[in-house]
Amino acid sequence: MSEPSLLITASPHLSARDSTPKIMWHVVLSLVPVLGAGAYFFGVSALLVTAGATLGAVVTETVFGKRGTLWDGSAAITGMLLALTLPPGLPMWMAFIGGAFAIGFGKLIFGGLGENIFNPALLGRAFLQAAFPVALTTWPVPRGSFWQLRGDNLALPFVSPHPLDVVTGATPLGLMKFDHVGTEPWKLILGVTGGSLGETSGLVILLCGGYLAARNYLNWRIPISIFLTVALFAQLLHALRPAVYPEGLFMLFSGGLMLGAVFMATDLVTSPVTNLGCWLFGLGVGVLVVVIRIWGGLAEGVMYAILLMNAFVPFINRATQPRVFGQVPAQKMP
Amino acid sequence: MRLTHFRHGVHPPELKGLTAQVPIRRMPFPPEIVIPLRQHTGKPARAIVRPGDRVERGDKVAEADGKMSVPMHASAAGTVRDVRLWPHPDGTYAQAVVIAVDPNSPQPHRPRVIPDWRGLSGAELVEAIRQAGVVGLGGAAFPTHVKLSPPKDTPIDTLLINGAECEPYLTTDHRTMVEYPERVQLGIRIMMRALGVTRAVVGVEENKPDAIAALRATLPRDLDVTVQGLRVKYPQGAEKMLIKSLLGREVPSGKLPMHVGVIVQNVASVATIAEVFETGLPLIERIVTVTGHGVRRPSNLIVPVGTKTRDLLATCGGLTPQAREIVFGGPMMGSAEADLDAPVIKGTTGVVVLTDAEVKPQKSYPCISCGHCLDACPVFLNPQLLGKLAMAERYEEMPQHQLADCMLCGSCSYTCPSNIPLSQLFALAKAALRKPKAA
Repeated sequence: MSEPSLLITASPHLSARDSTPKIMWHVVLSLVPVLGAGAYFFGVSALLVTAGATLGAVVTETVFGKRGTLWDGSAAITGMLLALTLPPGLPMWMAFIGGAFAIGFGKLIFGGLGENIFNPALLGRAFLQAAFPVALTTWPVPRGSFWQLRGDNLALPFVSPHPLDVVTGATPLGLMKFDHVGTEPWKLILGVTGGSLGETSGLVILLCGGYLAARNYLNWRIPISIFLTVALFAQLLHALRPAVYPEGLFMLFSGGLMLGAVFMATDLVTSPVTNLGCWLFGLGVGVLVVVIRIWGGLAEGVMYAILLMNAFVPFINRATQPRVFGQVPAQKMP
Repeated sequence: MRLTHFRHGVHPPELKGLTAQVPIRRMPFPPEIVIPLRQHTGKPARAIVRPGDRVERGDKVAEADGKMSVPMHASAAGTVRDVRLWPHPDGTYAQAVVIAVDPNSPQPHRPRVIPDWRGLSGAELVEAIRQAGVVGLGGAAFPTHVKLSPPKDTPIDTLLINGAECEPYLTTDHRTMVEYPERVQLGIRIMMRALGVTRAVVGVEENKPDAIAALRATLPRDLDVTVQGLRVKYPQGAEKMLIKSLLGREVPSGKLPMHVGVIVQNVASVATIAEVFETGLPLIERIVTVTGHGVRRPSNLIVPVGTKTRDLLATCGGLTPQAREIVFGGPMMGSAEADLDAPVIKGTTGVVVLTDAEVKPQKSYPCISCGHCLDACPVFLNPQLLGKLAMAERYEEMPQHQLADCMLCGSCSYTCPSNIPLSQLFALAKAALRKPKAA
């Protein structure tokens, strides 16, 4: 018998087939239909904004990240997710800066993948909202041909965008908050409303999220907990004062709630590791969303709700450690 | 069938098909046998033979040293060549009795008195089991006589027989139950008598329906013995998990099964005990699954204890060109072998030869806090947190997160998408904490 060169490794000698890059690229894949819906409603503008944000994220990861980390896919996810939260008419250079900020200050400054506290994409969006408040609140309506730009996407960097001849309007949340005008539920569910380029179609988001949940690439308890909290809390308020407060269904499918609950709050790195923690995290996000939307100055609250709850994750993790097997006070003998 | 189970755990591929239907056969005696004096948990035995001594098959070659120790016996007739350090399957060297096997001996065993178990008291049974060198054959090799002598103030009400065999690839226990169900039943009867218990439950993962059927067909009419199917899940065969699955009892942290009134024995150990009282022979051979895609003829073999890995693999047609790693035990908890001279010992449940494709080194990524390890850990630890502490060498903080409850089952490492070697880190941490602090 020939003597082979033997390998000596520690047990276990088998490993599950999932890998971190595989999870990441599956998330990217699951974002494609969401982006497709955005392109359907907002035409080429949706693709331009996404290209800008993703490029910003990927370039920053390549330049400042550790070698090879680009291929774990997490930078691409951050760029795409950020883009999905942006108005379709945003100039590409702004989206690029948002992507760069998201990776640079949202992730790399903490030490790279796995070390960040806040969701990088949402941090990038918060930065853009502070830097370019007008551009970030200009909402084109989903109408027009594919090739028609929904804003000055191609504006030169650091030049104020030209006001194009584009029909803009308030989002359903804005209408509700400032004008007390509702939107038909079917429009919300399908996504035929104004809003960020990837947030409008709740149906597509739910399908893509369901795929990830089925593969156990996101913890389903988080979105379910958010949905239940928001729906019940909003419905309760609605029951008290129907004229002022919108229904639960409206709250669920308007604004960025679907996108946030399915793709942002479930970010593995910035959400709790325990299952009980995930329920609590979702509860917190849900309550904050309703509170900000109804009593806050802003029409939308999903972004700040998730960012705030991100800060609580280490605490939630510590408080929800399961009871270790065998930690029993006194065993009853049969 | 009501399937009972514990919570958490993982589902590795079963991979038992290579040998699940292969009948057990006896391997020919190798030219040389090596009996390490340390084959069990506890103190090593003391050699009582010298180079040049003639030994018959079944003769004692080493005496037990103290209570936590068992004697060793020659597994073949021949001449003692040496007593010296020899490669041990755990990767170290250990004192061992080297026997040149007599090629002309028909290998009978010296005629001996077969103790009639019916006439023996519980204590006498336990002593006979100890003299036969019986240890747990499920892997840990805990001396059986110690397990069978619980303190007087610890009442035992149930004997659990572990037929889960949850490790992938291995079919040792499976074939034992299918081919020797009567022997298993006799062993159970003797153990129940030795312990003075009235109830025994055999737990078998339900991917072995033929084993369950064979045991059910041979159940004794006069004893309360039942066979219970278990959900296929790793680590179903871990003692504490098995007790939880079968009886719903939770062994307190840091305690033993006997503290909840249970003694657990592996089916192979039970069958061996029956053999001791059937043939009078001590534990000198055991059933070993030699399997994996790196070996030409996967087999279930009766192997003399002390057979070198080299000879064992040769019996199975040798290695394939793809063979890359040889694992003693199952692939989840077994240890890789560096030296083909290391012998099969009493606790060797199987030898698995893994191929290039199975053991391809995988890149590690940073922890992404996915929480899969928390969902896998059968004792509800937080491997993610413990892993971070271990990587920072903050070992002294790990006991407060119950590192002691980790049984190194490897479920966390198995499931980790970032390929972080969690259980290896925990083994390292446990070793570091055991070492007295350097002054």
